[in-house]
Amino acid sequence: MNWLANIGASTIERVVMFGRATLMLFGALVAKPQPLKMLPLTIKQLYVVGVQSLLIIVVSGLFIGMVMALQGYTILVGYGAEGSLGPMVALSLLRELGPVVTALLFAGRAGSALTAEIGLMKATEQLSSLEMMAVDPLRRVIAPRLWAGVISMPMLAIIFSAVGIIGGHLVGVDWLGVDEGSYWSIMQATVEWDKDVMNGVIKSIVFAFVITWIATFKGYDSIPTSEGISKATTETVVFSSLAVLGLDFILTALMFGIE
Amino acid sequence: MKSRKAELLVGLFVVLTIAAGLILALKVANQSISSSADTYTLYAKFDNIGGLKARSAVKVGGVTVGRVDSITLDNEDFTPIVAMSISKEFQKFPETSSVAILTSGLLGEQYIGFQPGFAIDGIENLVDGNYIQDTKSALVLEDLIGQFLFGNND
Amino acid sequence: MENLIEIDNLTFSRSGRIIYDDISLRIQKGKTTAIMGPSGIGKTTMLRLMGGQLTPDSGEIKYKGESIPKMRRNRLFEVRRQMSMLFQSGALFTDMTVFDNVAFPLREHTKLPESVIHTVVMLKLQAVGLRGAAELMPAELSGGMARRAALARAIALDPELIMYDEPFAGQDPISMGVLVKLIKALNDALQLTSVVVTHDVTEVLTIADYIYILAEKKVIGSGTPEQIKNSDSELVQQFLQGKADGPVPFHFPASSTAQAFLGGDL
Repeated sequence: MNWLANIGASTIERVVMFGRATLMLFGALVAKPQPLKMLPLTIKQLYVVGVQSLLIIVVSGLFIGMVMALQGYTILVGYGAEGSLGPMVALSLLRELGPVVTALLFAGRAGSALTAEIGLMKATEQLSSLEMMAVDPLRRVIAPRLWAGVISMPMLAIIFSAVGIIGGHLVGVDWLGVDEGSYWSIMQATVEWDKDVMNGVIKSIVFAFVITWIATFKGYDSIPTSEGISKATTETVVFSSLAVLGLDFILTALMFGIE
Repeated sequence: MKSRKAELLVGLFVVLTIAAGLILALKVANQSISSSADTYTLYAKFDNIGGLKARSAVKVGGVTVGRVDSITLDNEDFTPIVAMSISKEFQKFPETSSVAILTSGLLGEQYIGFQPGFAIDGIENLVDGNYIQDTKSALVLEDLIGQFLFGNND
Repeated sequence: MENLIEIDNLTFSRSGRIIYDDISLRIQKGKTTAIMGPSGIGKTTMLRLMGGQLTPDSGEIKYKGESIPKMRRNRLFEVRRQMSMLFQSGALFTDMTVFDNVAFPLREHTKLPESVIHTVVMLKLQAVGLRGAAELMPAELSGGMARRAALARAIALDPELIMYDEPFAGQDPISMGVLVKLIKALNDALQLTSVVVTHDVTEVLTIADYIYILAEKKVIGSGTPEQIKNSDSELVQQFLQGKADGPVPFHFPASSTAQAFLGGDL
């Protein structure tokens, strides 16, 4: 019966961890807002979390758009439907690849960095010393990072999609010779702002929230040793990637699945 | 100063996002006729709606004027009722207008072709909640083939 | 003599292991009190208990007569503005310059104009001899300099109580001398109350007014440096003179040597 006890213990451990994570979130966000102090801190984190992820997002977006166009063209040309390349690239990017790939890259680039940074701040007693200086580390350290993550990731996803569509144009129109007019016009006729673009943005806001929550919590809750921090960083990437893929299915079913 | 550089780059980041958003808004997406505020609803009964779906387009001479809002079945005579939300931009369709379910291309998606009728004195305009009387059902390919094969003519 | 902190019958355990068992301490106002003891008996834990970062299992910790474990969070934060702690690693914020580190508590807790903050920070840095290093990042400082910078930060708000966590650990003799001199000077000049947690015997004997020696979950000796030196407790003498074996055994508790090495059939 030992395994049963183990399952029970690990379940309780999970629930306790979830409780701690929620308390952390609560402490960080549900406090009397101090916009004058928060704004500069958040802008600084936007730089770290957003601007520094920009390069990888732009490069990945460009290449994914180009590959999509290449793959799509070879399939569509068999039906004589290469005119639909535009909507195919745009819809896949806006609805699916933009939010999801951005989220996965974000988890790897910014999420892991957040966890490691907060974990090291804990290990080097910076969080303790904030507390002893009567400054709440949840508000001072965690909250700006959460906000910056939630704000910057949808921005990155929008940039990713736009760059991807341009990449699709490069390959589809400039290289493979799809008619430029039909690339844009059929795309424009098919893609809807509120249904396709906004749903993608909503998805990426949800992903952003989950990833930054996991990343900040894993750092805050890490065991402050080199081993503990490396474990926490790995867990951030693994957990947030899984969460993104799982949530993506649920959100897609809710947004597009039901007629 | 270090923080000044960060602020500048964050500003550029925002500008870049707005630019990307504008590309999406202007080049990629159409501003679809938004669902509630500035539309009105017309109804039509069809014998057979074929492959028509909610959110299919309603077109007048190829111009999209609205979308199919919902498709329900009348519980009394068991015919489908299609509710269409039409943009308020396009009003004053006469009562004599007709709708048909058409297909774009051989295998394309189905949409509602809206044929405005003639406005003569005494004919009122269609307003919110009206039923369009004159409807043509979808062509079902199997039926056509059957008619052709078995010479099912009068 | 007035007591700033009074600890009564404190018991504290962590993950099932008892760290303190029913101990009582007094920290006198305006004096330097040292808490000494071998490594691993949770001396840092004592500071965290005083700072309200940990809560005891039972017993009372009173700051100016007010119970720290019973304080509400807001009150605790108010009280903490009167205290500051010098962490073993310095705990400087690695993403700011030394100047900004020292300015941090001022910017957080006061509404002073930037020009005043600049003056105050420079004065504090001058006091620890690091005015020239104001624009360096913490990573560019040596260990001793980082600790001095952290000390400047700790005194930025002119606290009433400073807690030093192992200030001398891992320092070369010169840095150690500098720190001893600084702690002494600060105490005399600012009328601070200091609590020094350490195991460096010689340094402590020169700066402390009162010494507690902790071992085996208890206070095993206390008194002025003179009293401690002349203590007839074997445990205290072992600690002061650094004898390898004594009441604190050299060997970690284990089975008998006979059993371990001779196959256990004796």
